[in-house]
Formats: sequence, structure tokens, C-alpha cells
Amino acid sequence: MNVVQSVDSVALLPAYLAAGTAVLVLITDLLVARPRATIAVAALGALGTAVGSALVGAGAERRTFCVGADCSWIFGGRATVVAVVVALLTVGVLGLSVPALRAGRSPVGEYAFLLACSMTGGVVLGAAGDLITLIVALETLTLPLYVLVGLRRGSLASAEAAVTFFVVSVVATTLTLLGAALLYAVTGGLHLDRLGTLLAEQPELRDLPLTTAAVAVLLVGLAFKVAAVPFHAWAPATYDGAPLPVAAYLSTASKLGGLVALLAVVQRALPADQTGPVLALLAVLTMTVGNLVALRQRRTVRLLAWSSVAQAGYILAPLGALALAAGRTDEARSAAYAAAVAYAVFFVVLELAAFAGVTALRPAGADGGTLDDLRGAARRHPWRAAAFGLALVGLAGLPPGLAGLFAKVTVVRALLDGGAAWLALVVALNAVIGLAYYLRVTAALWAPTTTPGPAAALAGGGASGVPVGGVVAVVLAVATVAAVVLGVAPQLVLDLAGR
Amino acid sequence: MTFGQGLLVAVLAVPALGAVAVAATPRDRAARLVGTVAAALTLLAAVPLVFGGRGWVAWSADAPAVRPWHQLDLAWVPGLELRFHLGVDGISWPLVVLTALLTLLCCAYTMWRVPDGGSGRALVALLLVVEVGILGTFLALDLVLFFLFFEVVLLPMYAIIAGWGGADRRRAARKFALYTLFGSVLLLVGVYVVVAAAGTADLVTLTGGAGMSRGTQLAAFTLLALAFAVKSPLWPLHSWLPDAHTQAPTVGSVMLAGVLLKMGTYGLIRVAVGVAPEGARWAAPVLGVLAVAAILIGSLVCLAQSDVKRLIAYSSVGHMGFVLLGVATLTATGIQAALIGNVAHGVITGLLFFLAGAVKDRTGTGTLAELSGLRETAPRLAGLLAFAAIASLGLPGLAGFWGEAFAVIAAVQVGGPLWTTLGVLAAVGGALTAAYFLRLLRQVTHNRPSPAVGQVGPGLAGAELTAWVPLVLLALAIGLAPTLVLGVAEAPVDALIGVVSR
Repeated sequence: MNVVQSVDSVALLPAYLAAGTAVLVLITDLLVARPRATIAVAALGALGTAVGSALVGAGAERRTFCVGADCSWIFGGRATVVAVVVALLTVGVLGLSVPALRAGRSPVGEYAFLLACSMTGGVVLGAAGDLITLIVALETLTLPLYVLVGLRRGSLASAEAAVTFFVVSVVATTLTLLGAALLYAVTGGLHLDRLGTLLAEQPELRDLPLTTAAVAVLLVGLAFKVAAVPFHAWAPATYDGAPLPVAAYLSTASKLGGLVALLAVVQRALPADQTGPVLALLAVLTMTVGNLVALRQRRTVRLLAWSSVAQAGYILAPLGALALAAGRTDEARSAAYAAAVAYAVFFVVLELAAFAGVTALRPAGADGGTLDDLRGAARRHPWRAAAFGLALVGLAGLPPGLAGLFAKVTVVRALLDGGAAWLALVVALNAVIGLAYYLRVTAALWAPTTTPGPAAALAGGGASGVPVGGVVAVVLAVATVAAVVLGVAPQLVLDLAGR
Repeated sequence: MTFGQGLLVAVLAVPALGAVAVAATPRDRAARLVGTVAAALTLLAAVPLVFGGRGWVAWSADAPAVRPWHQLDLAWVPGLELRFHLGVDGISWPLVVLTALLTLLCCAYTMWRVPDGGSGRALVALLLVVEVGILGTFLALDLVLFFLFFEVVLLPMYAIIAGWGGADRRRAARKFALYTLFGSVLLLVGVYVVVAAAGTADLVTLTGGAGMSRGTQLAAFTLLALAFAVKSPLWPLHSWLPDAHTQAPTVGSVMLAGVLLKMGTYGLIRVAVGVAPEGARWAAPVLGVLAVAAILIGSLVCLAQSDVKRLIAYSSVGHMGFVLLGVATLTATGIQAALIGNVAHGVITGLLFFLAGAVKDRTGTGTLAELSGLRETAPRLAGLLAFAAIASLGLPGLAGFWGEAFAVIAAVQVGGPLWTTLGVLAAVGGALTAAYFLRLLRQVTHNRPSPAVGQVGPGLAGAELTAWVPLVLLALAIGLAPTLVLGVAEAPVDALIGVVSR
């Protein structure tokens, strides 16, 4: 038996680039010790990762670390999309962090290094071909975030948020590992495709109570990561306590990571007739609870956090179609997976734009504040408020935020193709609840400021309004342009998601 | 690209670009002028759509039921079955012209008076965006595109109410947005129920059912009809309407009542009935009963109203009831009545809201108890109000007559105990309509002038006359020559009835 494996380094290039970025950031911080240089290196590295992933992904699917037909590293269409999106999101979040880092609220080198590490996890995640790689990648994505959440100096809320996040996340990881171990005990395999084949070919394995338990535990563990109800309670506290850019990262890249992990096991490993009902239930609960609780929020970031819980429900919804036999035909299944990925891509663009909007309308290094702090922001910063408003309207799924509209349309379409009309109706009605609070925030931007609130006082102290640098405005502009482009040409996303 | 296709594009592109130009023009008054010019150009592009393209209307067994005079079909998002497919025919053209006309009048009116709340520039830009959405809805021949344009209207209209409305505007605007979105998400689900079953979103192909099973058609019709019932609005889903109409600024009320509601009835005819005829036949009695309930309840509520704008708003519920009754009969007469009722309601209620706004602006109150004797101090305004009210109550010779009369006739013609009863009840509702409008006139125009009315001068501004005269003339013209609307609509309605009753 040949124990020396041939390793396809081209397939691994995205991971090399991401990990290299992290190392380079550390070295730059050590040797150059200039915040500007560190941030620039991190941003360039992340951009390079995006470009490299796109180049590798442009070719045919590449596999490596194979045992027989089963491979641990499969860099195909979806892996490319995930790697590019995560890397670009990292660039965006770095841009959003610039004012906070300048204000000295967090140590620059550590911050950029941790972000690059987390990006590495995200890049690897999409290509994972076995449960171990998948869980390790997911942990690499999450682990740096425990620190990043708590990295706001002198903030008790930040420390609390970090502890909450850490405890919940460790429990989730344990559950996921337990699920993986149980599956291994049942089947003797860890490769996703092998698991899928084994469970499909041997119905007696599937009927074992242990298998059901393993599937349930695995799904629950991953549901924690996407903050699906009832495993969502950590998200609002964590988002609100974290620095704004980290909250943006949590609700975009980290959520995308959770979804990709969930998709990987659902699509390739687990029997759809067992996962389908669980996912349908999770989706309904997640969007309904998320939307209803978001209605009552007064703090901006908490509202966005609950809304992002609800959005996770929409992302999961197409997978709920697997609950019905009509949704388990090959065609309907691939449509459902593609719809989930497409929704996630539309969503992360809009969510990044929304967080960039909050950051751009708030003083440097500040938290999200309350909705009252945003009142009348459009009078002070018409363009920034317009971009923020567009992102919110997009999240609500209405024109002129066409990207969000097409995202909802994609989900509804996939559900109806899968015969799950009831779930499509639930999604549709949730969109109505969602509009209520998105509209509240958007309307607040243009509302007249009646009393000089804390925002006005702060604005008076700074140089005419919010002293946030140009980098944030650039991120906001780029995210907005991306959202507009995707709104006009959604076929781009649909094609990529279907690969 | 042919001349007709160019016109189709222009009808949407001119107001869209106009809105951008308005937003980009720094000076308020100049911006409003730019917007008015854009609206005028849109009207100029909409009117000639009627010419040409009708060479091949000759009937044949396999001709599609929708035969647009002009059409434009471009690919957009194949993954979602969305094509940029526009077309115009006799059912949509009168509504397109009505929309373009009312937007122009509203923009022109805004040149003269900007309601409190925000800049006139933003208001005009929003009006133009609303126009794009409405025109797109009327022109779309692709179901998904139809849904898209249906949604475009929602937020700009919300902003108009919330930004320039009355004292309770925020609540009213929110209610409008949530109710309407509730309708349009049902539309979304309905649209994709159809698309999933038929495999296409092309309205030309789909009209007539496209071989969809009975179950699918019933489900699709239920969803679509609910969606359009919210928009129209059909009792009991109407409760957003009085608040929104009352709180909206004058131009907002005119757009809402004049053309926004028509998106619902137009959708019902073109999409719900056309795509799911079997579902339509199944649900027709329910629709008919609800429509008559709307007529009666709307009229009775109007009798008890104490606010001018609210009364006119509720009168819309009753009038749209007649339109829906016409649709529900599923006969050529009924649908013709619905179409002309649509246009007449747009003209007359648009005028009524303009006049109510003028009364409210002058006296500072809209409460009926505080208004009386308007004809003593402002005879011309009182005369116009009387004209509009009488046109609205359906006096023969004015526009309101045809829609109401023929809806009743169509119901009686269908026959059977149910429809005859419905026809009779609708006629009773017509009498009630006369009662509340005469009550309105007696209170506002007769008696001695109240203190609020006493200070009103007799004059009318030039801008007001400019905005009102075209509507007065149209109300007369459609009343005297209904063939203006019915002539162009006859062929497409016959074709539609042909497939519905197949």
C-alpha cells in the first residue's frame, strides 16, 4: 500500500493564500509595527485569496487527500463561491474596522491576524470533504471570533458577549463532534460522500435509533452556528456587545460558514427524509421568532441581530422542502440547495451594506446605539443614509432593493417547485412582519429630530456630524454598488449558486 | 426596434429618468418643472400607443387570447422565468393613459402648491417612481415582471403618505405598506404556483389556463384574487384604504384612488381571471357576494362619515365593489363595465380628491359639521364639487353611469336567483350612493356659511383649474361617448371571455 499521497497543491492554493495572509500580518505587525501597513497587508492578502480562489475555481473541480474515491478536499463550484465571498467579506469588515482601530479601541495586529485566521477557516470550509475537516474548518472560523468579540478595550458588554459566545459555541461544537462520532460508530465512515452512499444503500443502518440521534445532534450543533431558533439566544447579546465590524462579520461570514457546513452534511451525507422535517421546523421557527422579536427591539444592532436570525430562517427554508417526497427528487433537491446558497449570497451583500451603513452613521469606535440615535441621520448624511436605507429595504425584500426581492423570489420559487406551498406561504407572510421593523428603522433615518438626542450632542462635539473616515464610506459604496448590480443581474448569483 | 416598441420603452423610461433628473436638480422649483415636463412627455408617449399594430386581430381558433398591439420581449433572469416582456392592448391602454394623465396633473398641481412635510422636489420624484410602477404593472406581459412592478409602487407611496400626509400619517402609511405587502406576497406565491405548474410566466401563453389542473387553478386563483382584493380593495380587506386616503396629501390621494386601486382590478381581470379561468368560475359567486357587500357596506358607512376625505375614500370601496361585481359575472358586459368603471372612477375620484383637498386647504378643516354654505363664498368651487359628486353617483350622461349600470345589468343577465339578487342589491347600493353624495352636497354647499367657510375667497388659482379642467372634460366625454373606452376594449375582452367560458 502506498502511504505517500500525492497532494494537489493547486487545489490547496486558496487555503495557502489565506493562511499565508494570517502569518504575513503577524510578521508585518512585528517588524513594521505600523497599523496602516498591517491593515493594508491583511486587506491585500484577503483580496489575493479571493483572486486566487476565483482562478482555481474557474477550472474544473479539483480533489486531493483522497482515500480511494473519497476525498477530504474538494475544491469545486460551491467551494469557490464560499471562498471568494468570505475573503471579500473579510476585506469589507477590515475596512469597517479602520476607524475603530485608529481610535485605539483594539490592538491592530492581533485584530487583523485573528480576522485572517477566521477567513482561513471560511475558505477551507467550502472545500471540506469529510466531517473532521469540516468541523476543524468551522472551528478555525469561529475560534478567533471569541477573542475578536471581546477585543473592545474597557467594555464590559464586550467581555460578556465574548463569554456568552464562547460557552454556547463550545457546547455546539461538542454536540457536532458527538454527532460525527455517532455517525462514525454506525457507518464506519467520515467522508461525506461515503456516508451518503452507505446510508442510502443500507436502509437498515438508516432505521437505527442511533443514526437518528446522530443526525439530530449533528444538525442541532450546526444550527447553533447559523443561530437558528431555538439555538439562537447567543446571537443578539453577542452582536450587540461585539465591536460593530465584528458583529458584521458574525452575521455575514460566520453565518455563511454555518450554512455551508449545514448544506454539506445535508446535501451529501445525511438522508433527506430525516433532515427535511427537522430543517423545515427550524426554518419556520427561526424566521417567525426572529421577526417577531425584532419588532420590539430598540437598539440598532440588536434589531439587526434578530433580523439576521430571521434571515437565517429564510436561508434554511428551501431545505425544508426536503421534508416532502416531491421535494426530494434530484431536480428539486439541487434547486433547493442552489436557492439556499443564492439567498445567502444576496443576504451577506445586503447585510454587509447594512452594517457598513450603521458604522458610517455612528461615531468612530461607537457601538450601534439605539434607533433614536439614528433619527434624522438622512439630514446630516443624505448619501450614507440612502445607502443604509437601500440595504434595509433590500433585507425586507422590496424594490428598490431588488437584490433582496430576487432573493425572496428565489426561495419561494424553489419551495413551490418542491411542492412545499405551505412553507412558501410562511416565508411570504414573514416578509410582511419583517417589513414592519425594517420600515421603522428606514423611516427613522428620515424622521425629523424633535429633541437634540445624544447623537446630536455627539455630532456637535465632533467636526460637523459623524467623524468616520472615508474607508467606511468606500466599503458602504462598494457594498451598495454590489447590491444594485446583483439586483439588476441576479442571474449571476443564480448561476454561481447552481454550480 | 419598431416605433411601438420604442413607445413602450419610452413610457417607462421617461418617468424613470425624469425621477432621476428631478432628484439631481438642485433647485426646488426647477426640479418640479423638470418632473412636470417628464410627466407630460410620458403622456405624449402613452397616447399614440393606440395607433398601429392591430392588423392581425382576425380571430382564429388557436390565436392567443391576449393580442397586444405592440410588444417587446427581452430576456432578463432566465433562472426565475423573468422576461422583460411589455405589451399594450385595449384592456391596458385606457389605464395607461389615465395613469399618465393623473401623474401629469399631480405634478402640475405640485408646481403650484407643495404640501407641508418635505421638499416638493422629493415629492415629484416619488410621484414619478410611483408612475413607473403603475405603468409597468399595466404593461407587463410576464407574470414575474408584473409582480415586480406591483411591488415597485409600495415604498414610494408609503413615503408620500408618511412624508407629506396629515396628522396621523405615520400610522396610516405603515398600515398601507403592511396591508399592501400582505397582498403582494400572496401574489408572489400565486405567481410561482402558476409558474411551477405551467413552466412559463408568459401571460400570452398562460391566458386561458395553459392546461393547468383544476386544483392548481383553484389554488392560484385564490392566492391571486386575495392579493388583488387587498389592493382593489374588496371588503373585508379594505380597512387600510380610508386611513391612507384620508392622511395622504392631495396628490397622494389622487394617485391612490385614481390609479393605484386599478392595479388590483386590472390584475384581477388580466392575471387572475385570465390565467386561472376555472378558478374564476369556481370563485365567481363568492366574489360577487363580497362585491355587493362592499357596495352596501361602503355606502352605509359613507352615510355616517363626518369627514370629507374619509367619505370620498369610503365611496371608493363602494365604487370598486361595482367594478368587482362586473368582473365576477365573467361576461363580456360585466368586464366591459368593470373597465369603464375603473377609468371613470379614476377620473371622478381623482377630481373629488383634488376638490376635497382644495376645500381643506382653504378652510383648514375637513369636518362636515364645520363646513356649510360653500356656494355663498366660493360658488365656482362649490359648482365643481357638485359636478364631481353627481358624476360619481352615476347620473346618466356622466362617466360614472356606465360602469355601475352595466355591472347591474350584467349581474341580472347572468340570471339565476343568486345573481339576480346581487344585481338588485347592487342597484339599491347605487341609490344609497346617491343618498350620501347628496347629503355631502347639502352639508357643504348649502345653508349659511360656517365661520370656517366664511373667510374663503371666490377665486380659483390657475394651477387648480389646469389640474381640474381635463378631468371635468374627461368625465363628460366618457359619459357622452363611452365608446372611447369600450371601443378599444371590445376585441380583447371578447377574446378573454372566449377562453374563460371555453
